[in-house]
Amino acid sequence: MKTVLILGATSEVALALADQLAAKSINLILAARQVEKLNPVKADLTIRFGVTVTVVAFDAANMNSHADFYQHLDPKPDAAICVFGFLGDHDKAKVNWDECATILTANYVGAVSILNVIANDFESRKAGVIVGISSVAGERGRQSNYFYGSAKAGFTAYLSGLRNRLVKSAVHVVTVKPGFIRTKMIEGIATPGLLTAKPEQVASSVIKAMVAKRNVIYVLPAWRWIMLVIRCIPEFIFKKLRL
Amino acid sequence: MASDFITNWNNYPREKAKVSSPVFAHDFDTTLADNSAFIVRGNGRCYGDASLGASVVSSLKFNRILNFDAVHGIITCQSGLLLSDVLELTMPKGWFLPVTPGTRFITVGGAVASDVHGKNHHKDGSFSQHVIALKILTPAGAIIHCSATENSEYFWFTCGGMGLTGIILEVTFSLKKIETGFIKQVQIKANGLDEVLDLFEQYSHYTYSVAWIDCLKTGSNFGRSILMVGEHATVPDLNGGRQQPKKSITLSVPFNFPSFVLNGLSVKAFNAVYYGKNYKREMHGITSYEKFFYPLDAILHWNRIYGSRGFVQYQFVIPKQVGKVGIRDILTRISEKGWGSFLAVLKLFGTQQGPISFNMEGYTLALDIPINSKLFSFLDELDLMIKEYGGRIYLTKDARMKAEIFHSTYPNAASFTTFLNKIDPEKKIVSSLSTRLEIK
Repeated sequence: MKTVLILGATSEVALALADQLAAKSINLILAARQVEKLNPVKADLTIRFGVTVTVVAFDAANMNSHADFYQHLDPKPDAAICVFGFLGDHDKAKVNWDECATILTANYVGAVSILNVIANDFESRKAGVIVGISSVAGERGRQSNYFYGSAKAGFTAYLSGLRNRLVKSAVHVVTVKPGFIRTKMIEGIATPGLLTAKPEQVASSVIKAMVAKRNVIYVLPAWRWIMLVIRCIPEFIFKKLRL
Repeated sequence: MASDFITNWNNYPREKAKVSSPVFAHDFDTTLADNSAFIVRGNGRCYGDASLGASVVSSLKFNRILNFDAVHGIITCQSGLLLSDVLELTMPKGWFLPVTPGTRFITVGGAVASDVHGKNHHKDGSFSQHVIALKILTPAGAIIHCSATENSEYFWFTCGGMGLTGIILEVTFSLKKIETGFIKQVQIKANGLDEVLDLFEQYSHYTYSVAWIDCLKTGSNFGRSILMVGEHATVPDLNGGRQQPKKSITLSVPFNFPSFVLNGLSVKAFNAVYYGKNYKREMHGITSYEKFFYPLDAILHWNRIYGSRGFVQYQFVIPKQVGKVGIRDILTRISEKGWGSFLAVLKLFGTQQGPISFNMEGYTLALDIPINSKLFSFLDELDLMIKEYGGRIYLTKDARMKAEIFHSTYPNAASFTTFLNKIDPEKKIVSSLSTRLEIK
């Protein structure tokens, strides 16, 4: 990997990825909506590691702009990590379509739109790695977050299909299903310490998975077993649980 | 925001606080817009309540390097950057910190807010003397740039201002040119207090100087010490050896020691071994910068040897004219108690510029004492002695001083509080220290 594109680069997981990739002398294209926030990051990584960092405006929700956005990247990345996502306000989304649509777009539709463009390029170049940060929330719909969860479920299925399509073109696709991450997204929500990963942990697991060509990773191993149990609960019981 | 119990390096006091960790400069605007009062906290290496409060804003994720001029040795960074990160970048390029305290695990913002000093204070002053510019978000929500010449009142009350003047966003400071990562060190054994105080004068041409003093020794050896002085080694000093030391090994203290571990006997034994190893009166050697400046950084969590009750690091300075009498007087009182301190560190300061900074021309002594039920009333007595001698106590190390002592020993305390009232009438930035000392 010489150049990695990070989509949604202002999140804490994305910043940790940028730090760790730059430390491995990998050049970065950092894409985010509030692009001016990334100038200090660009300066820092350039000074510390001597890598080339390009900062580009990118709006996941503006699907019409995606082809153009990718067209203008020069050089093109060897790997793309799709980090953006949006937890949203679930209760508000029940009654407010805009909030609901924002959740669906930020976690699914927008990701599909940009990764379609990238997948076509990687396929024609017969090389590349695509990483999608999905979620354990996508494994089973729960009453407390099924908008977010269903979007992530869609995203997980998309990544699985993409992996299936691109394997013959030597393009690898990694699905990441982190559990809780200690970031602003869950500030104020009490989460169990053992099940909550630091952004730096997520980043190093992602980079390892990219190098080792892993297909689906959970950052903290406990989540694999927890989700196995959750998937095994019969629906007639699951539907009565308060989750 | 998550609520946690937090404490600083000395494990006292322990306070419940809401903690947030901004990543972008913009996040601090939100912090200010929120109505609750807060204090910014760096890496929690102070010894007291300076960075504690009901609401704490951690600067640790606000740690980007914004510019580094490797030709002139000038760096600009966000305030949460650790000095260890600065060194990692600048050492290989031949630049060292202009002033460093005894740990490199503090933030640059903390270095400014505490106006930290190091072993070179008599030559190079404190950290603020090397700060070229500060960018501060004021309690009123404005961004101001300040330096010794621009908005200088703001600048000088921020240096040593314990984080109470606003959120320090960015710091530009100058570095010191060095040739190697080694120090040419001389250790001189002194058999008594007067001798070591004279040695400071005699060796004052050295850039770095500090003495370790055995507080428990009584009689004719009272105040026996080792004065350590040093200079940055040049390439010829190393006789063709490597110019940067290898990464040193760090050990860790895994848990709080039970309180019986530290007693008069064990400390005496430690000190005996420490002084015993200096078998000659004067020893010359080359040592790595890490061993010279940061001997304790090699043992992570060394604070845990003092147990869960924590300890106090009592650091004061008294004017040079009364130094000999004063240090003897105060040290006698402390050694009578026999409460034990591995680390009694003595140093002669040079003159000071900043109005609210701790340093003044005189002798400073710092010692660690584990907390016990009679300690605070004893320290109150010591405070009065220090006040009598015209000295004062380092706020960064303070967890228990009475407000009256602060206001009567810091000559610019009144103008400092007036300034703070003017810039922060709504008291948005408040720490446990500022409340305890009635600063805000």
